Amino acid sequence: MASGTALIMPAQPMASSEEASLRAAMTAAQNGDAAAYRALLRLCVPLISAMVRAKGVRGAAVDDVVQETLLTVHRARATYDPSRPFLPWLRAIAQRRAIDALRRAGRRPREVHDPLAYEAGVDDGPLPGQALDVGERGRILAAAVAQLPEGQRQAIEQIALRELSLDEASASTGRTKGALKVNFHRALKALRTSLSSAKGDTDA
Amino acid sequence: MPDPAGHDQRVTDLVDDLARSLTPVRRLPGPGVRTLAWCGAVLALGAALLPVADLSGLWARLGVPDLRYAALCAFLTSACAAFAAFQSSVPGRSPIWALLPLPPLVLWIGFSGLGCLRGWIAPAANLAEPEELRGCFAFLMSVSLPLSILLVTMLRRACPLRPNLTAALGGLAAAAAAATLLVPFHPHDATATDLLIHLVAVLVVGGLNGLLGGRLLDRTA
Repeated sequence: MASGTALIMPAQPMASSEEASLRAAMTAAQNGDAAAYRALLRLCVPLISAMVRAKGVRGAAVDDVVQETLLTVHRARATYDPSRPFLPWLRAIAQRRAIDALRRAGRRPREVHDPLAYEAGVDDGPLPGQALDVGERGRILAAAVAQLPEGQRQAIEQIALRELSLDEASASTGRTKGALKVNFHRALKALRTSLSSAKGDTDA
Repeated sequence: MPDPAGHDQRVTDLVDDLARSLTPVRRLPGPGVRTLAWCGAVLALGAALLPVADLSGLWARLGVPDLRYAALCAFLTSACAAFAAFQSSVPGRSPIWALLPLPPLVLWIGFSGLGCLRGWIAPAANLAEPEELRGCFAFLMSVSLPLSILLVTMLRRACPLRPNLTAALGGLAAAAAAATLLVPFHPHDATATDLLIHLVAVLVVGGLNGLLGGRLLDRTA
């Protein structure tokens, strides 16, 4: 499965130079080098993330397991033997913490087994065709604005669409603020009329 | 700063906190070295108990091949179980090490089992009486306890990812060591009931360690 392969990829054995640099960083961390340790842990975060995903942990639980793994790495750092590769040591910790998380999740009752809760669950994502609706609405609005007289169209474009202040709109169009205000309100009224009639046509 | 990998901000904060709280650590010695230390502690305890031991009986019993080999295999079981426990307490080591104490354990039970036939092949042998068996069991338990505490303390320095397995192996190491130390105090030769007592002691100590020691060794809690 393509997605599975992609998830497992980062957990594959790294080039020997990268493994050597991880090993050197961990050895430095054992000696108290905080900068090397911070760099090492930052490198480890995506690796741990891939390792725990490969074990089947999903969603927000991944970050929780990553944190638990980082804490265990910190606590277990004296057990790392620099004569051995670093990644198997890290992988053992990450996989164990992932298994612990999956067991904990398995013990908790999950609502997905409740048919009513499952049916009533709300999908937060966009509805199908929402992007088409947004595009269509934009097209209708642009057509209605284009049909306005020049002064009203300018007022709508400057004040409503470009969100300029009256002073700025006045400077850019050369019209007085009073004229802009009047044109703006007339344009809004005209748009309301034309859009409501367009809606009526569509509904009909 | 937004996390380029899209991770939770808490992960980034944790990395910074851990790096900030970093202190130098003394590297844990390898399982071999730690096993030698364990064997040294068991032998030292044995040496400390020697003045109150039945030495003439000890030499007589060590002269009998199956008793000698049973004592040797009990000690080997203790050493192998301790080695396996130390291996399992280090992340990334193979869990197959847990099988290491099985061969000496089987030999120990086998040589002790030969004692079951002693009633027939050597009728003059000094067989156990009920109160002596109770004494043996009490000895095994009372010696296993401090040895278990010592081993759990040694194991806690590492990071056992399977705490119950590590603790059960530690319990086997402690019970086998106690059985080895019992040899100089045995008031009788090995019998079927004696073998049973040893097995019960091993199971009780191993089980208790697995249950209680597992919690002590679980450093995620």
